[in-house]
Amino acid sequence: MRRILLILPVVIFAVLIGVLAVLTLQTKDGRDPSLIPSALLGKPAPEFSLPAVAEDIPGGFATADLRGRVTMVNVFASWCVPCLAEHPLISRLAADGLPIYAIDHRDTAVDVAKWLKKNGNPYTAVGFDPDGRVSVEWGVTGVPETFIINADGVVIYKHSGLMTAKVLKDKILPKIREARE
Amino acid sequence: MRRFLAVSMILTAFAMAALVSGTLALAVEPDEMLDDPALEARARELSKVLRCVVCQNQSIDDSAADIARDMRLLVRERLVAGDTDSQTIDHMVARYGDYVLLRPPFQTNTLALWVGPPLMAVVVATLALLFFRVYQREQGARTGPEPLTPTDRAQLDALVEKLAADPGRPRRKSSLRAEIDHPFGAREGDSGESDNRTT
Repeated sequence: MRRILLILPVVIFAVLIGVLAVLTLQTKDGRDPSLIPSALLGKPAPEFSLPAVAEDIPGGFATADLRGRVTMVNVFASWCVPCLAEHPLISRLAADGLPIYAIDHRDTAVDVAKWLKKNGNPYTAVGFDPDGRVSVEWGVTGVPETFIINADGVVIYKHSGLMTAKVLKDKILPKIREARE
Repeated sequence: MRRFLAVSMILTAFAMAALVSGTLALAVEPDEMLDDPALEARARELSKVLRCVVCQNQSIDDSAADIARDMRLLVRERLVAGDTDSQTIDHMVARYGDYVLLRPPFQTNTLALWVGPPLMAVVVATLALLFFRVYQREQGARTGPEPLTPTDRAQLDALVEKLAADPGRPRRKSSLRAEIDHPFGAREGDSGESDNRTT
């Protein structure tokens, strides 16, 4: 009895350190404790309707446009640096035939038109959300954010922050493949 | 003296500025506010329990972040549309999850959060008590005198008889017995010392 009592605190401490170590090591595999899990996962995409940025930029889309096939929704802004960094990946995905819808978050029409002209516009449609109102409907906490929507219009995946080639290969592409089956 | 006065005046000015800014500096901007004071008051109360999702430890009522402003506007929009307080909260939870609530709900996945701390307190208190008991028992075993065996008793009695009968330096039996029973400090009144002085 006495020996157990003496060992117990050491055991509790060791377990605690073990749990914390595992959680810490997981951050190396991309676990970010500051990220909020999306409340939308497994739920239909929110009801919304967005206008186009300008006449010469294909855009303006609503909830109904996200049905019938697997799509991606990318929240971006011309002032957002990681958005620029992930733009080549987005462009390649679009070139491979994935319809990608963009929500232009808290931006000005002039800035985003310039940005798209300079960096290319791979998007099926760009919706203009200057006051972030629709972004709130999507539970967006920052840009960039990327959602995968299945053919039934249900949100099946959300990635917050920069989409790297590794994230794309390990997380996003498998989800798209799975959703297409 | 003059320098002290100047310093204290500056400090007072700072304190007053802090006080004023503390009461007046609100994240809520005038253009967000609703015309109906009752609705605005409800919106303010709701804003205090909703978490700003990028600041994480501030309510949307406190936060100056863009997204907090968007969320405040959504709260007001729902209230104007006729939602009750709980409907408005549910609306936010549907978009941002339970995370948006500064006070997490009591449910299975938050059980550890709510029950954990009191449970740990009980565990620690129990352990502390057990340790204390064991410690006390060990201390008692280490320093307490071994009880006298009947043989010891008999030997001591013989010694008391012998000393009491010593013609050169006679001592009272009661004081000798007291010394045996309280070896480290005899009680007042029956100590050998006072006996020695009287004889």
